[in-house]
Amino acid sequence: MSEKKFSKKHEWVSLDGETATVGITKHATEMLGDIVFVEVPEPGKSVEKDGQAAVVESTKAASDVYSPISGEILEGNKSIVDDPGNVNSDPEGASWFFKIKVKDKSEFDTLMNKADYDKFCAENPS
Amino acid sequence: MEVQKTALYNYHKDLGAKFVSFAGYEMPIQYKDGIVKEHISTRSYAGFFDVSHMGQFFLEGDETLAGALEKIIPADLKSLKLNHSKYSFLLNNDGGIIDDLIITKTSKGFCIILNAACKENDVKQIEKFLNKDHKYFLNNDLSLIALQGPKAVEILEKLVPGVSNLKFMTGDNFKFDNENLYITRSGYTGEDGFEISIPNNKVEKLISFFKENKVNAVGLGARDTLRLEAGLCLYGHDLNEKINPIEANLKWAIAKRRREEGGFNGWDVIKKLIENGSEKKRVGILPEGRVIARENTKIFSESGEEIGLITSGTFGPSVNAPVAMGYINTKYANIGTKIHLEVRGKKHGGKVSELPFFKKSYVK
Repeated sequence: MSEKKFSKKHEWVSLDGETATVGITKHATEMLGDIVFVEVPEPGKSVEKDGQAAVVESTKAASDVYSPISGEILEGNKSIVDDPGNVNSDPEGASWFFKIKVKDKSEFDTLMNKADYDKFCAENPS
Repeated sequence: MEVQKTALYNYHKDLGAKFVSFAGYEMPIQYKDGIVKEHISTRSYAGFFDVSHMGQFFLEGDETLAGALEKIIPADLKSLKLNHSKYSFLLNNDGGIIDDLIITKTSKGFCIILNAACKENDVKQIEKFLNKDHKYFLNNDLSLIALQGPKAVEILEKLVPGVSNLKFMTGDNFKFDNENLYITRSGYTGEDGFEISIPNNKVEKLISFFKENKVNAVGLGARDTLRLEAGLCLYGHDLNEKINPIEANLKWAIAKRRREEGGFNGWDVIKKLIENGSEKKRVGILPEGRVIARENTKIFSESGEEIGLITSGTFGPSVNAPVAMGYINTKYANIGTKIHLEVRGKKHGGKVSELPFFKKSYVK
């Protein structure tokens, strides 16, 4: 299992060679509540670090999902589009949002590790 | 303005509620289970809602009181029977809706349930029509608890015998723990249920009984999804001072006698609209697929003309699909008309739908 890093916008990224997998954190799903709609990017789309890449909607509101890393979209996770509630049940596992071919691996290193992210969440309650 | 709290605030907190500022009150938007579970358990069993932020406005007076209120409320108040309730609204001179409300005939006069955000202004608008013989007050010593769902009657009957005899939109006085409760068979979820007006110091005791009977607390989040599935309006979103009852498709709430006689605020405007129709109309909207068309989503015709705006939109947990309502050019208001909804810059399909989205189960 590759190392997981975290963004201030509550996305997680894991890196496997040139391919990064991106999703939203458990903390994010707890803030959002019941997720009822997901839109993931099409393969081939290029995204910038911190650029809007996907959409997640709960019963309460719509939120953008940002890519914590630049690159080209390889795949969006269709299973969460078909069954958005899966994001609540397994946000940091099977319910990833998209895979991306990474342009610049050094961007990965600038993200927070688990301990720093947990601290960040504790210091910035919603 | 200082943030207000209902008598149950600490109780909500102990239940793990997430709070939201609503109309100057700290109100629970959801509890630990979340909006979808709260919604589903209300439809399948029962749920209770703290709606004590709403105004409980009492009016007392002689036979002139009904006539005075009829100047601003288009219900037939002169012939409203004791303990019967009507859905109605306060109207301005243009026929716009100042607030929507439930008015009940009491032994001394009337009780009006007002929206929290509007209640102070409502009182000012109403008092313009009152005279020195009419007494009135917003009662802040009372909480208002809604118990809604198919099991509501069975559960409440155990605690307050007799409530099962009430019919939809009627009420009565009952005794509970040596205090008077005023209970109406009503609510805003589309389910059978009750609204219970109870002294603040007794409300925790009532709620404990609900908890013993496995009735969960339901927050404003699920209240919103429930009422939208039931096709009911939320003031400040689906209704406002610039919208009149004809546009809002609420002509039914203007009593027949009042439609014939007039004599209320905005009557000249409303009369013309009844005769000629309005340019826009409130309708249900069903988006295709799973895209949620939220408030302020633009509605387009199939040929690309902008024809309306969504005023409420969410995911309906019981419908298991997105649901919405909004105002649309009357030409396009027929049930089944295909439309486009612009969400995040992209057009998505949808159609005009009947309301409610979820069949109501009132006991009439």
